[in-house]
Amino acid sequence: MPEDSTHLSGGGIHGEAFSTRLPGRGGLSPLEFYMPIAEYLTESPINFGQTSLRSAPTNLLNIDHLHPSLPSISLPPPTPFPISPSVPLPFTLSHGTTTLGFAFQGGVIAAADTRSSCSGLVACPASPKVLPIHSHLVGTTSGTSADCALWKRILARELRLYQLRHRRRLSTGGAAKLLSHMLHPFKGTELCVAATLCGWDGDDEKDEEPITDKYGNISTNQVTSSGSNNQSTSTAAAASQPLISFTTQQVVESRSRICGPRVIYVCSDGLRLKGELFSVGSGSPYAYSILDSSVYWGMSVQEATAVAREAVFRATYRDAYSGNNVDLYHVTAKGWRRRERENLKEEYYREKERERKRVAERKAEKNKEKFNV
Amino acid sequence: MEYLIGIQGPDFVLIAADNVAASSIIQMKHDYDKMFKLSEKILLLCVGEAGDTVQFAEYIQKNVQLYKMRNGYELSPAAAANFTRKNLADYLRSRTPYHVNLLLAGYDEADGPGLYYMDHLSALAKAPFAAHGYGAFLTLSILDRYYKPDLTREEAVDLLKKCLAELNKRFILNLPSFTVRLIDKDGIHDMEKLPVGPK
Repeated sequence: MPEDSTHLSGGGIHGEAFSTRLPGRGGLSPLEFYMPIAEYLTESPINFGQTSLRSAPTNLLNIDHLHPSLPSISLPPPTPFPISPSVPLPFTLSHGTTTLGFAFQGGVIAAADTRSSCSGLVACPASPKVLPIHSHLVGTTSGTSADCALWKRILARELRLYQLRHRRRLSTGGAAKLLSHMLHPFKGTELCVAATLCGWDGDDEKDEEPITDKYGNISTNQVTSSGSNNQSTSTAAAASQPLISFTTQQVVESRSRICGPRVIYVCSDGLRLKGELFSVGSGSPYAYSILDSSVYWGMSVQEATAVAREAVFRATYRDAYSGNNVDLYHVTAKGWRRRERENLKEEYYREKERERKRVAERKAEKNKEKFNV
Repeated sequence: MEYLIGIQGPDFVLIAADNVAASSIIQMKHDYDKMFKLSEKILLLCVGEAGDTVQFAEYIQKNVQLYKMRNGYELSPAAAANFTRKNLADYLRSRTPYHVNLLLAGYDEADGPGLYYMDHLSALAKAPFAAHGYGAFLTLSILDRYYKPDLTREEAVDLLKKCLAELNKRFILNLPSFTVRLIDKDGIHDMEKLPVGPK
């Protein structure tokens, strides 16, 4: 036993490469420190989590290894997805949310609630679940918040690199395939990302007006560069000729490609679906039932916004893991626009007020009938 | 949940797959195509675990096309089937096996039509008719009863319709429509989507 002031708990740590205490478990006194599991430090992050097959879910309930002063934990009811054997988690994750995305003639609407839950506790009532990736692409996130935020940033980085290298934006389908292939090595681990990529595929060269946004759209650069080329002397113009002909060829090619609104669902278990309407999360069945009856291609922007808002509201009404506010993004050929975050509490009270009025009206009519008859 | 069926005739192969892409209890897509074109006369039908299907099928698809680019001629259906099986077998005892069930249907100039049944344990069998999924339990006996090796195209389509009618009657899950394709010496033909309407 070491004689310094640090006190190692869990028994017999020296000489052993693993800790008998689950990392991150609460209840550590200031004098205790946890031993990192040495194997994890030497493993590459790609292989992290793909440990040997052992019944890991039951380890969480194995109280023998835990310090007796720790409160006993109880596992919440099993989640709908299969828990694969992997690294023991410090706390159980749950994936409660309602997100949706659909395409119509006026672009793409992406909407989501803002509640981040953590097995029964609202960890954050104002978390953004619709994250913009670039000027013409937003992604809704569902699953583990940390994983979603990380992978969205990685995707944004890769798309920006593609844009710089190839001088055009990668299409939404390409972005979805890229994300799907990046997530594939983590299949079977606890990583959970279910994203709906909502974007507008267009041809950059055709854009007349430069779009100013924080992502620095490539079309502004091209407009200015071709403008400066035209002002150069004839010798330089000859040299720049191939550049211009290249861009015109690109314009011809991209015009023949179909451009327009796109909604693609990407899941960390590998599913990648291209469609027109998707809803993801624990509140998605409730949202689907509103959307399936009301969404059609020819709807106006106001209608679409109202339907999306209503769908999220109904889902938050019924689903315990969704709630608080609703975020709404609208993506068009000009880029995405964000609607003011709206607190659904007011909508709930308005709904209650409407219901109360309706009940009062019905009563008044019944009374009138009684008197008339 | 998912269903694949293939019927081989004397000079054609008829294949059908359902169109539902599901995620737990929700149908996410109603018009999802589960057939992957490996070459002008070979189709790979793939069902199974969510990401594995597309990942594995696209891997096989690109490798078959690469073979054609490198060697100038296409792989025969038998060769493609064996190549697919070999890949399944190689991954079977790795950390990341592919959980997919496949039907490979093709037409070879020399050997004629062929239907190959493969499953997630990398079994391979050339069969006159085959089916995958829970629906197979209901329809294999219909195929046993009514199949004959020299059936015509119309008879094959009728047999397929019989199978789908039985699915609609007895299978608890709703499979509203099926993509149907036919492969013969002229290539792959898309046939009318067979909707199994409510009775």
